[in-house]
Amino acid sequence: MLIPSLLGISVIIYTILALAPGDPFGQLLTNPNVPAAVVASLRAKFGLDDPIWLRYLHWLVAMLHGDWGFSFASRINVSTLILERLPVSLAILGAAELLAILIAIPVGVLAGTRPYSIFDKIANTLAFVGFSLPTFFTGLVLILIFSIRLNWLPFVFQSNMSSTGLTWLWQNILQSIMPVTVLGLFQGAALVRYVRASVLDVVRLDYVTTARAKGIGERKVIMRHIVRNALIPVVTLVAVQLPVVFGGAIITEQIFRIPGMGSLLISSILSDDTPVVMAITFVYAVLVIVFNLIADLLYAWLDPRIAYR
Amino acid sequence: MDAERLQRMIDRVKRGKLSRRGFIERVAAVGLTAPLANQLLAVAGIAMPTSSGIHYTPTKRGGGGTLKLLWWEGPTLLNPHFANGTKDQNASRLFYEPLAAWTPDGTLKPVLAAEIPSVENGSLAKDGKSVIWKLKQGVKWHDGTPFTADDVVFNWQYAKDPQTAAVTAGSYIGITVEKIDDYTVKILFAKPTPFWADAFVAANGCIIPKHLFAPYIGSKSRNAPWNLKPVGTGPYKFKTFTPGTLVQGVIFQDYHQPNRPYFDAVDMKGGGDATSAARAVLQTGEYDYAWDLQVSWDLLKKILAGGKGKLAFASGSAIEHIQVNFTDPNKVVDGERSSIKTTNPTLSDPIVRKALSLLIDRKSVQAYIYGEAGETTANFLNGPAQFVSKKTSWSYNVKKATDLLDANGWKPGPDGIRQKDGKKLSWLFQTSINQPRQETQEIIKQACKKAGIELRLKAILASVYFSSDVGNDETYPKFYADLQMYETEPPSPDPGFWMQQFLSSQVASKANKWQGRNITRWRNAEYDKIYAETTTTLDPVKRAAMFIKLNDLVVDHVVVIPLVFRKSVGASIDGLMMQLSGWDDDVWNLPDWFKETKA
Repeated sequence: MLIPSLLGISVIIYTILALAPGDPFGQLLTNPNVPAAVVASLRAKFGLDDPIWLRYLHWLVAMLHGDWGFSFASRINVSTLILERLPVSLAILGAAELLAILIAIPVGVLAGTRPYSIFDKIANTLAFVGFSLPTFFTGLVLILIFSIRLNWLPFVFQSNMSSTGLTWLWQNILQSIMPVTVLGLFQGAALVRYVRASVLDVVRLDYVTTARAKGIGERKVIMRHIVRNALIPVVTLVAVQLPVVFGGAIITEQIFRIPGMGSLLISSILSDDTPVVMAITFVYAVLVIVFNLIADLLYAWLDPRIAYR
Repeated sequence: MDAERLQRMIDRVKRGKLSRRGFIERVAAVGLTAPLANQLLAVAGIAMPTSSGIHYTPTKRGGGGTLKLLWWEGPTLLNPHFANGTKDQNASRLFYEPLAAWTPDGTLKPVLAAEIPSVENGSLAKDGKSVIWKLKQGVKWHDGTPFTADDVVFNWQYAKDPQTAAVTAGSYIGITVEKIDDYTVKILFAKPTPFWADAFVAANGCIIPKHLFAPYIGSKSRNAPWNLKPVGTGPYKFKTFTPGTLVQGVIFQDYHQPNRPYFDAVDMKGGGDATSAARAVLQTGEYDYAWDLQVSWDLLKKILAGGKGKLAFASGSAIEHIQVNFTDPNKVVDGERSSIKTTNPTLSDPIVRKALSLLIDRKSVQAYIYGEAGETTANFLNGPAQFVSKKTSWSYNVKKATDLLDANGWKPGPDGIRQKDGKKLSWLFQTSINQPRQETQEIIKQACKKAGIELRLKAILASVYFSSDVGNDETYPKFYADLQMYETEPPSPDPGFWMQQFLSSQVASKANKWQGRNITRWRNAEYDKIYAETTTTLDPVKRAAMFIKLNDLVVDHVVVIPLVFRKSVGASIDGLMMQLSGWDDDVWNLPDWFKETKA
């Protein structure tokens, strides 16, 4: 299933990009100093005058050989460009996801085991607020408060710090606090709701009542019996949702100037650098499919009742 | 001021009876003012001063820490011949240098040249067919190789080769470059060329080293590793580059100007948006300089209150203007609209165009939308000052416009819209999506409504509107509307190339895939004739007078309606001594930048 879906996705993305208005050399054409012959020779060089299907086939064959294409704007290989950006994105996203889980599980479990208590109501309200506010909004609010009013945190992300050792670590933590918080809280807010719902389902089951009847302490009941079972659907959810976080990160990266995949995608779209846009969207597509696969496998592994035949 | 009087003044400067400064001041006072006035003097045989405008006080090289620059568009490559827009030109300029740079007043300042060519020092041919550049000696590339005339000749060969696909090709295709000796090159022009300072000058003139790029000329150009790892002659050596986000340089200890540069390293961070870039300098002080702040004036004023820095303005000649379509955008002839075979049913009437120009409240547009970053103007050509007409004027007068229309038979119909012979004054007015432009459209629409003219507004995504996509009908060269508005800017201080956009021979059409540069499709024999004369006239004074006449023709016929002449705005942190040129890159005099230390 993996291969045909990827093929289908690539055809669709490629066609949409090819049909979309805009031209990678538009800026050159509006520059009156550039002779038309130069633009024509550039277009021919990058094969922009071929029909779409031929360009797609060229792209596909190159991709199968591990050649991701060539960026019009930077005149280097797309793979180099993406590999430079990927680590930063993964670090920020990983940290954000971790923060989300660290917040969501305790809050969700507490809220789920004490439904309709004050704590549950507060947690619910905050969760609603959290995932209703878009990241570009919370990002700007944080910048206004912590960078501009209080001047505590830098808001321009720097990838190449000249310092070393502990200062380097400290500076990186400082500059990551805001983007990670923005993404983590957004993701965490949604997760809280899922954890709570899942815990609520499990709490009502007979074996929990049985465990309680046996006189096992409340703490043990929650940890051993409720949480373990309630988290099974949550784990898969986290895996399936991870690509969504990638999407949310696009805007956050732009706001904080994080040199990740998202900001590369935006600048490539703006400069009509189709090979790069194609490659990044394709990477996202691959991520969605792969994480779905991981989710399925995890599910089976965590819950032996579900087995693949 | 007429040409004769100007000529007399130039003669007085020559005889030493009038100082250079006195000349510029006098010329300014009568209106024909100054930037390239200096070049007038140069061509007339008077050498130019070489100051850059910054009083440079540091007495030793280095020691200034890291200079942190913030560009909201990230540079994507570092070869000046491949620069996609100013962001790449600026980033390349950290490492590469041209023979000469344009100063804020439109004069040339030598960089890799030993002196600026002039008729007086014998390096500028009297017939306008050649120019000799003497190169500075003792200049070294970052890898220690000496810089010589061979490098200069190589850059010409490299850029003019269509296979190289250099964006600078336009400056090099029509010329021949010869080496005279190791430190002298001669540029030969096919025909007399009044504007000789294009090749090897400013942003398009940065010079790359022959010994590294020679194997990568022509179709192999894109494989050169040096496209991303520059080795230049500039004040900073290349350290790291991540395309689209960060360029880093460190001080070049063998730099050819004494005691320069002041900073030990330079970081250019790219990406994000203009507003937060302004904040990072003016409010938080995280960065030293932010480039091209296209931010609404109201907001910029608030950010400036942050108190960490100040604004820097560069006056080039960028003009936000409205173009009038002289052809009919609604009629299809031979498969194209706005065909040259049609005429616009209403806008072809000079009275209607005159009335329209009276309905444009430039003062409000400037005051409420562009603020100090714009100035109202009646002219299309706004600089350098010796090309600026003083005869033109503008006014905003709804009463006068309606009287004019009434008197000429354009009477309001039952729907309140003026018409004559069944033709209605109802126009489609298009521009790109950009908040100041939509606000301007609205101001104009309201004024037109008062006068009984209906404007239908249209805003098009900038990436579509400014593209060259032949298949798309919403691009600005196709001009499938009655009116349109955008900003345009001459590529150099000489208006020769720029003023081609009103030539009959340049009309954009299906036949030339809309690459013709005359987008209004206005045709005028007098304009064509005077323009032809400018290409052969070598006398700078007569030539300047001709360009003024060309500007006046365009303005008097209301081919375009100039709105505001825009300045680019940067933000610099307190204490940073720097200066913008307007005719060159923001970092044109980077070696002279330094920070004043507080005592």
